[in-house]
Amino acid sequence: MSRSCKAALLASAIGAILGWTAPVLADGFANVGRPATPAEIKAWDIDVGPDFAGLPKGSGTVSRGMEIWEEKCASCHGTFGESNSVFNPLVGGTTADDIKTGHVAALKRTDFPARTTFMKVATVSTLYDYIRRAMPWNAPKSLSDDDVYAVLAYLLNLAEIVPDDYTLTDATIRDVQGRMPNRNGMTSAHALWPNSNPAGPDFPGSVAKPDTGNAACMTDCKPKAELASQLPDHARGAHGNIAAQNRIIGPVRGQRTGPDAAAADAPSPALALAEQSGCLSCHAVDTRVVGPSYSEIAARYRGKDSAEALVSKVKAGGDGVWGAVPMPPQTELSVDDAKTLVAWILSGAPQK
Amino acid sequence: MTKLRPTGEATPRTDPLVPGADTLSGRLRRAPENFLTADDIRQVGQGRRDFLRASFLAAAGATAAATLSGRAAAASPAGAGGDPDILNPTPWGSSLGLPVAANPYGLPSKHERGLVRRQSPGLTQVPAASVSFAPLQGLFGIITPSGLHFERHHQGWQDIDPTRHRLMVNGARPEFVKTPKVYTMDDIMRLPPVSRMHFIECGANTGMEWGNVAVPTVQYTHGMLSCSEFTGVPLRTLLEDCGADLKAAKFVLAEGGDGSSMTRTIPIELVLSGEVMVAYGQNGEMLRPENGYPLRLVVPGVQGVSWVKWLRRIEVGDRPYATKDEAVHYIDLMPDGQHRQYTSIQECKSVITSPSGGQTLLDKGYFTISGLAWSGRGAVKRVDVSVDGGINWTQATLQTPVLSKCLTRFTLPWNWDGRPALLQSRATDETGFVQPAYGQLRAVRGTRSIYHNNAIQTWQVAESGDVNNVQIL
Ligand code: HEC
Ligand code: HEC
Repeated sequence: MSRSCKAALLASAIGAILGWTAPVLADGFANVGRPATPAEIKAWDIDVGPDFAGLPKGSGTVSRGMEIWEEKCASCHGTFGESNSVFNPLVGGTTADDIKTGHVAALKRTDFPARTTFMKVATVSTLYDYIRRAMPWNAPKSLSDDDVYAVLAYLLNLAEIVPDDYTLTDATIRDVQGRMPNRNGMTSAHALWPNSNPAGPDFPGSVAKPDTGNAACMTDCKPKAELASQLPDHARGAHGNIAAQNRIIGPVRGQRTGPDAAAADAPSPALALAEQSGCLSCHAVDTRVVGPSYSEIAARYRGKDSAEALVSKVKAGGDGVWGAVPMPPQTELSVDDAKTLVAWILSGAPQK
Repeated sequence: MTKLRPTGEATPRTDPLVPGADTLSGRLRRAPENFLTADDIRQVGQGRRDFLRASFLAAAGATAAATLSGRAAAASPAGAGGDPDILNPTPWGSSLGLPVAANPYGLPSKHERGLVRRQSPGLTQVPAASVSFAPLQGLFGIITPSGLHFERHHQGWQDIDPTRHRLMVNGARPEFVKTPKVYTMDDIMRLPPVSRMHFIECGANTGMEWGNVAVPTVQYTHGMLSCSEFTGVPLRTLLEDCGADLKAAKFVLAEGGDGSSMTRTIPIELVLSGEVMVAYGQNGEMLRPENGYPLRLVVPGVQGVSWVKWLRRIEVGDRPYATKDEAVHYIDLMPDGQHRQYTSIQECKSVITSPSGGQTLLDKGYFTISGLAWSGRGAVKRVDVSVDGGINWTQATLQTPVLSKCLTRFTLPWNWDGRPALLQSRATDETGFVQPAYGQLRAVRGTRSIYHNNAIQTWQVAESGDVNNVQIL
């Protein structure tokens, strides 16, 4: 072996040991990605911060907000934001005194289990930002900026933070912040926030010490082991047949906690399709959610030859048969899938 | 299906709809609770487990066609000369099997269909804003099969067209990012990739158990936990590529491209460490749609909600954003009525997955206690296991690899003597932090929180072999 060859081998061996890499063949990532245009940034940069950075100009009144609410929100959240039976209540649990102190007193009470949105949220910007990006749940980003102001004004009015004749604007929302019932109810001084570089006085930053300091004791760590809680009987069978949720081989088997769950374990493919197609966000089998229950639909059309009409209705959407709330068109749904779903609904929407 | 056939009739090998159905449909007594009559169970309850063996022998001797579970048969090479599954031809040993690519995308055995993601009834109101739990009770090692990865969606899941997916990087103020950029998936997949294994745990994992025992099995107590090998690009690489001012930047906002456009604040330290990545790969293939296809954020050590799925935008900023899921949810109610905001780190935690709640031990004798440990602050250093409810502890073996912010599998050999036992595991991470007992955690956080319950889990083993969920303070 020539001397230079040896030297090269040696160098590469040392390189491997020290983690040297091959000669640099690239400097930066040429032709990867491109500058975003101002219009693109405007289209996507919709976040509104607690300092109101990003808040669009606009306004909306409580009364306009009530119209929007009743048309687009009440079906899920209840006429007064108290929620229908399905969703968590948005409004309630706050008092005039809370508005003064900025602490929701009910949060200290162990006998007050409810925790509405307004009991928790400290920053009004959060609600503007969220409604604009995500609500209505089934048609996110469909509200205009002014509609968001209006519907938020209505919610603030329901929570008795602003009067009936209030106009919420990009200017007045700053006053509202000073009246948010739980505005002083947050702390970020705890060890679960990995921020060792606090940004400022209103952001107290990290606490290095975790909440608990258990020790790894190994022997005779306590006189005896006392049970503080056991699975309540009613919960034992509440998760189906556990035997069917475990393997049929191995060191253990699942306990039999329910009827032979063959059926429960093979849900109807149509049910899965309904779930996949988003139908179940508005329909349930036995209760009204946004739309009629599937058993109501089956009952209404029993003995009638309405499958075809219903397939078209599902595809095209529409309202008036069950009430004023419209069913949005299901454009993504294939006709075949619509037929499967309608047949399934008309047969009583069996789960299995 | 559960109808018993007359003794002596050959056992048909039907496709079981229920795991266990094939062993159940024969003339035999099925393991474990199903092969015991009420009277048998009473006897076991009185400590007479040894009679089980005798009853297997009797069953095996009764007829050559008797099909016993493999275990039972192995325990009873008696009767007409041995185990019928050895003495007689098996269907799979005496016929032609299926061709290649019969399942172009392979599926688990039909005998495994009990091990699937499941919802907890009554936990959430609608299935598109809900959770499904991973079946930890049946998983091995540390990697969660992608199809069993837990799910948490706020506005349903989407299967996004990857050719139309974009990632934008911009600044809250123009000076934060010199050149705001747009990347296609083609762009992102050209960048130097890294592959790393990390756990992801929902902040609300074990949240139903803050006040008392509420759910029966480890799937529901701890199943908002998964672990994958993720492949992607460090977010830092992208920020540098856009000329982000990494001194002025204090936080980034991550935003999803789905209907919820989930937004979460990530402290810049995590990004600068190089750990936070923009991932497209999961366990060697692309992300599953339920897990954010084609692009998600991976924030090792931090609760799942920050791992924004269907990631469409990163904004560089200088203060936290107080988004809905950090100002209304994922906030921890403390006993004094204050909420902790921006709770992110998943502290050191562990759980025994086998044996675990809702299971029954087959017999007295040898078992391997096996479970998972993890820490959002780094690697797991050790795990101790107690079989007496925390009075005495034994150090468990950690299986390799033991990686930072990744699940670690621990095991401990155990001879069950048939007496009641209380199984616990207690993990310690590389910072020296020791997983707390329920009493210690509640002393600080009370019982009204939903999030960040990392208390020591107890499984009670009864004389019958049944394992049940209990709590010890
Ligand atoms: C189809 C049912 C539906 C409709 C219609 C709807 N929402 Fe919602 N809303 C939800 C669900 C479900 C959530 C919880 C989403 C989640 O889990 O992230 C929610 C959450 C919210 C929240 C956050 C509350 C909290 O505590 O997390 C606000 C505020 C809200 N909606 C306002 C509105 C407004 C305003 C409208 C009308 C413009 C509206 N919603 C229409 C279903 C709906
Ligand atoms: C956003 C909520 C929403 C979604 C999503 C939704 N529906 Fe509906 N659906 C409704 C409402 C509201 C009505 C009542 C319409 C009316 O009164 O005419 C309705 C009515 C129906 C009817 C009865 C129509 C009639 O004329 O009597 C059928 C059948 C139906 N839906 C099927 C489906 C199927 C299948 C899907 C999923 C592909 C689906 N729906 C998704 C809200 C929804």
